[in-house]
Amino acid sequence: MLMLELEGATKYFGGMAAVTNVDFQVNRGEIVGLIGPNGAGKTTLFNLISGDLRLKSGAIKYKGQKISGLKPYQICRLGVARTFQLVKIFNNISVFQNILLGALFGQSRHVSTAHAAAQTAELLDFVGLANVSCTPAKDLTLVNQKRLEVARALATKPELLLLDELMAGLNSTEVTEAMELVRKIRDQGITVFMIEHVMKAIMNICDRIIVLHHGNKIAEGTPLEITGSKKVIEVYLGEGELAYAGTD
Amino acid sequence: MNRVQLKNKNLYLPVLILILLVLLAVLPAYLSVYHILLLCHIFMYIILTVSWVIFSGPTGYISLASAAFFGVGVYTAAMLGYALSLPLVILSAGLISVLLALLVGAITLRLKGIYFTIFTFGLVQLLAHSLLWWEINILGIRGRFVVVVDHYTIYYTVFTIFVVLMLTAYLIRRSRYGLALRSIGEYEEAAAHMGVNVTMLKIVAFAVSAFFMGTIGAIMATNWTYVDPFIAFNPTISFMPVLMAIFGGMGQLYGPIIGATVFTYLEEILITRLPHLYMLIFGAAMIAAILYLPGGLVGLIEKWREKARSSPCFFKKKQKRGAEKRDVNA
Repeated sequence: MLMLELEGATKYFGGMAAVTNVDFQVNRGEIVGLIGPNGAGKTTLFNLISGDLRLKSGAIKYKGQKISGLKPYQICRLGVARTFQLVKIFNNISVFQNILLGALFGQSRHVSTAHAAAQTAELLDFVGLANVSCTPAKDLTLVNQKRLEVARALATKPELLLLDELMAGLNSTEVTEAMELVRKIRDQGITVFMIEHVMKAIMNICDRIIVLHHGNKIAEGTPLEITGSKKVIEVYLGEGELAYAGTD
Repeated sequence: MNRVQLKNKNLYLPVLILILLVLLAVLPAYLSVYHILLLCHIFMYIILTVSWVIFSGPTGYISLASAAFFGVGVYTAAMLGYALSLPLVILSAGLISVLLALLVGAITLRLKGIYFTIFTFGLVQLLAHSLLWWEINILGIRGRFVVVVDHYTIYYTVFTIFVVLMLTAYLIRRSRYGLALRSIGEYEEAAAHMGVNVTMLKIVAFAVSAFFMGTIGAIMATNWTYVDPFIAFNPTISFMPVLMAIFGGMGQLYGPIIGATVFTYLEEILITRLPHLYMLIFGAAMIAAILYLPGGLVGLIEKWREKARSSPCFFKKKQKRGAEKRDVNA
């Protein structure tokens, strides 16, 4: 079953094309990676899916239903949750209440406070934040803030989770733990679509990878196919070589 | 242990509040007219400040529209006062303010920060001048007389509005919507992605706060006999709640109450005793509060309580209580 479909998704910022005519699909239960050089339009694509930005043309469908044009809170309640590249936690609110908010407002049905609190307690255990549940979110370490963002997104009971650079800024132990967390999330039946720069993570956990460059989709395939793709190597290494030679 | 502490807290606070409310309810019988009106004046600022904090406190949207809603209340009393009974006048004043807030909110709440603040302040000026123009050019009058109501009626009406407002503020604060409003103040974009309908919530909270500002405007107008657009839409009414909320501190529900009470009383004393130095001392007190009391008076009180809690004596007590609880568990 298709969780997410993009059909000719296009977005301009002024005269600049940020995302051009992008088509792809994400199937239920997959972990799909989205990679590309800086400025390729990855986060813009996430913002389009989650309703932050509006498409210029094309369509985005979630489980066959068109979601482009809906507001962020509506898309969230339908079952699409996200995290942010730069963490956007509620600094002066406790970890527990950060997650509780998602459980109270993000689900499609009305949830009682007691039920939401029980779900929150479960999630605290799931991501390993139970011992800091009363701490204001701003006092957490970076890795814990990222875990909190994941827990908060999961509290909305999503079927599709968008992770924007979950591993950025983490050390290698933390990256391994985060990879484990992503697998655990998938095992719960949640489809994961993630932007990532940490290649070790991408290559290890993704079933499929989509490569974006200058707003265009230039490749799509299994990690093995992607690492063998000439086009991808050109985009990544070609630019690197130029920079190395000092010609630019 | 949590439950034990909650129970203790639950007992003494409501009793204290009840005693205070009873005291305030019987007080007018023993007071002079001047003191009754002073109390009304204090309540007026408490109501304006607490209403202001309902919306602007958690969301961080600094609204200067208080005078607009207050003025709408004043003018409702002036225009409908002879036609309707007092409760109906006050209720209409609240509802008309709500309508205005819904309209203004729908237009302006997409504005953020300073733009929202300036717009709300512009609204006060717009209403005052439009009304003035209408009165002079169309109706050929300047200002209006308001139905006069006796002091006791004013006091008990103000007191009732105060009680209903505090109950509303308390319920919002502890509800899921209180948490959602705080999350909007922390990171509006993230709140939207957690399923919070931020626009709707902001508009509703803005309207609730406007309701109480309108009602207090309507009842206070009956004390003034004559009003004109500049009395009704007085910019001071917009600034005072902000200053009082900062002075009292917005961290706790009683912060705005303390802030408004101390501020209004101080103002009264300074105006009557030191009329020439009034603004000077007032300004100095405000600067001192902002510099040295970042959390307002409430922040100071909370700090003291924290200190008391961390003192060795208190710690022992707490340990003992914990031990008792452990026995219950075993």
